[in-house]
Amino acid sequence: MADITDQSGPMLAADGRPLKSSLNRALRRQKLRALALIAPLLIFIMVTFIAPIADMLFRSVENQIVSDTLPRTTETLADWDADSGEIPPPEVFEALYTDIFVAQERKLHTRLGSRLNYELSGVSSLFRKSGRRVDDIGEVYQDQFEDLDDFWKDSETWNALMGSDDWNAAQIQWDEGSDDPQPPFEPREEITGLLPQTAEIFQIFADFVQREDEDNLADEDPWELVYSALYTDLIQTPDLSGYGGPGSAELLVAMSAVPDFETVDHAAAFEDIDEDWHSIEVWQTIQTYSPDFTSGYFLNAVDMKKSPDGPEMRPDDEQIYIKLFIRTLIMSLAITGSCILLGYPVAWILANLPARTANLLMILVLLPFWTSLLVRTSAWKVMLQQQGVVNDTLVWLGLVADDSRLALINNQTGTIIAMTHILLPFMILPLYSVMKTIPPSYLRAAKSLGATNWTAFWRVYFPQSVPGIGAGSILVFILAIGYYITPELVGGTTGTFISNRIAYHISSSLNWGLAAALGTILLALVLGLYWAYDRIVGIDNVKLGG
Amino acid sequence: MTALTPISRTPVSFYVPVVALAGAIAGLLVGTAQGSSFLGVISGALLMAATAFGITQVVKAESASRWVLILVMAIAGFALSGIAAGLIGAAFGWFFGWFTFWLYEGRYRAYVAPYLTPGQVLWHYTFRVICGAILVFLITPILVVMPLSFNAEDFFTFTPEMLRFDPAGYSLKHYEDFFTNADWQGALANSVKIAPMATLLSVTFGTLAAIGLSQAHVPFRRAIMAILISPMIVPLIISAAGMYFFYSRIGLQGTYTGVVLAHAALGIPFVIITVTATLVGFDNSLTRAAANMGAGPVTTFFRVQMPLILPGVISGGLFAFITSFDEVVVVLFVGSAGQKTLPWQMFTGLREQISPTILAVATILVIISIALLTVVELLRRRSERLRGMSPS
Repeated sequence: MADITDQSGPMLAADGRPLKSSLNRALRRQKLRALALIAPLLIFIMVTFIAPIADMLFRSVENQIVSDTLPRTTETLADWDADSGEIPPPEVFEALYTDIFVAQERKLHTRLGSRLNYELSGVSSLFRKSGRRVDDIGEVYQDQFEDLDDFWKDSETWNALMGSDDWNAAQIQWDEGSDDPQPPFEPREEITGLLPQTAEIFQIFADFVQREDEDNLADEDPWELVYSALYTDLIQTPDLSGYGGPGSAELLVAMSAVPDFETVDHAAAFEDIDEDWHSIEVWQTIQTYSPDFTSGYFLNAVDMKKSPDGPEMRPDDEQIYIKLFIRTLIMSLAITGSCILLGYPVAWILANLPARTANLLMILVLLPFWTSLLVRTSAWKVMLQQQGVVNDTLVWLGLVADDSRLALINNQTGTIIAMTHILLPFMILPLYSVMKTIPPSYLRAAKSLGATNWTAFWRVYFPQSVPGIGAGSILVFILAIGYYITPELVGGTTGTFISNRIAYHISSSLNWGLAAALGTILLALVLGLYWAYDRIVGIDNVKLGG
Repeated sequence: MTALTPISRTPVSFYVPVVALAGAIAGLLVGTAQGSSFLGVISGALLMAATAFGITQVVKAESASRWVLILVMAIAGFALSGIAAGLIGAAFGWFFGWFTFWLYEGRYRAYVAPYLTPGQVLWHYTFRVICGAILVFLITPILVVMPLSFNAEDFFTFTPEMLRFDPAGYSLKHYEDFFTNADWQGALANSVKIAPMATLLSVTFGTLAAIGLSQAHVPFRRAIMAILISPMIVPLIISAAGMYFFYSRIGLQGTYTGVVLAHAALGIPFVIITVTATLVGFDNSLTRAAANMGAGPVTTFFRVQMPLILPGVISGGLFAFITSFDEVVVVLFVGSAGQKTLPWQMFTGLREQISPTILAVATILVIISIALLTVVELLRRRSERLRGMSPS
């Protein structure tokens, strides 16, 4: 001892380092090794499970489709006052024409239509109709330019005018049959300055032809939209005197001719396509859903909708989700309740019988627990039918008349019976493990002190078994509210849960955003319950199969 | 179980009315089925009261009279309506013979505490009957499915032929359909291809992580544990929705890889839980001893640690296998027609064209689960034995 206290300076390890840092290093290495062992799985779960959940959360608020498909319209519409009672100004309709034209070429307008249809019915057909007829608007200018000069008819002359010289040369050199990529379109700089709108639209057109359609740009005639843009540029009489490239003469002729052109009133043209374009409601909906992120799906999931005056409840006949959530909760409570009623006596008798008998009876609990969920569901589907085993037995016993067989399936009764059976082991097992720890001598002591059977049970035994009831109930309840398969197969229309609605929106109605929002609400509910479970029981105490 | 209370014979005024009551209930069932409940109650009560008095007070030979009772009741049932009723009659005969002597000899008091009042004894047995009924509820669906799968007709209920035990009422045709139908065989092949791969992935990653998690110093242990357990906590429909959205973004939706990855993720919590539970009792001085004798980490792992935790790893693997093999919600969304598994085929079968082949498949699956249950139980015992041997 004297040696150590005499030493000045820190204690040293065998290799001469200070003991403290040596220990720290060993500890650090141990931590790193543990993390290295965990890391592969952590990354695996992050990619295969956490990322999908995050994606779902993102989708429940994501709404880029409107501003992606109608970028110009949403921008010009931002200044429009929705409460003014007037339809948006002409610029908005011009922007709408451009957006819808591009969208229908890229076949995106129907997607946007179905997206907005979730908020206002009828929009889907409006967009589909507009997509079909939007060509007509541009043809007015196209015809007039083409009547003016054949120069405007040809894709080659257009390319020569709009594209840079280098690109034109490269495009002519390019062999369509070869594997080389098509030289990407480059705009002619002078034209971009003089005819900004035409250049912008032509760029979109060229990109679309080359990248999305993968056609040869040299063979494609420009969209009608390009002519409209050209008209808009030329009517502002740009200073063309400095331009001497290809088509300079034709441009000058065209510029002098455009003031006499027949013009298009975009607002009237859209009204001609469908008078709904002059309905304030349609424009309010587009404006409300312009931002990239929306609370619309969540509002929808709680039977509300966005309106110019803020969120409001939907009409009574359109309210379904709150009712469905309440039904899911009530039915899960009913299932939990019947699991407690049926599970408590069984757990009690398992915990109080001699080990050999209890183990035998335990098999009767574990066998259904281990049997495939679908096997049990099909068994109930078979047993509960009108012509099934249960009804047949009841009829044979004379308890039910042959012509008034009980409707036990495709309704709430069916779901509750089948799910109680399926989830009962999840109640019995935690109850059993808690009851196993309650000494039987307590009950005997209570009775010897004069308690009746009931008092002894209620005042002594029951309070000690409450943790088991809590654990079992939360487990059963959490499993029940997220159930999909059993309600789908035996629930009919009245016995289905919120999860069935989520599945419906994913696979049938394709309203993924709403499905994601409903899923997020359900997930929050379940995680809240799990937090409670963790507080009461502790996640580490989760046991499998007894 | 040893007897707690000395027993003595009970008076006629006790057991004969009780047996008569039971007889009345049985008579009610039989009478209703035959068309007259009132007649059934009266005759059942009188018949059973007379029998009880007769075999206890006149014949007095327990074993012989019980056998005769079974025989008489069986013949009566057979005469009334065929073999099935004969069997039910025999069961009734056995029950009443046993019940009469159980009451008469006072055996019902033998295994309950001597100080109980008659009311408490009555409650004791009523309670057991209730528990029995609940256990019957638990097991009935499985027991009903098995015989129904041998139905010769395409019905989902017992046909009169089956109830008469007529061999013509039974057949293996639904099993034959399962083994010859291309849909079912394709589904089985897919299940067999997907489940082992998913299990392999979850066991490999899961075991490594469980070993890492059970080390003494792991930073953020609770948070990591919560993330790793989360696939078990999140409702399947939400996992399925999220995976469907995300996997279609990255091109895994509708592919074999996608389904395997999804199932592996779902199986991992089970592996983690079982393996960490096994590692709780693992004696770390064994690995230190191995290192001390010159074994590298890899050798130590495979020669010392692995054999000891193997039972936990295998039962975790079985849980993961069952999870994948039984799983239908996620594969329904993440998979496409090419990955149709057995549960998926059952699901569509139940929803659209409900065919009794499902019952044959169900029976096969029940047998597989019984086999797996047995294996897990044996492994659990072995693991406890191994852990009991290692010094702590």
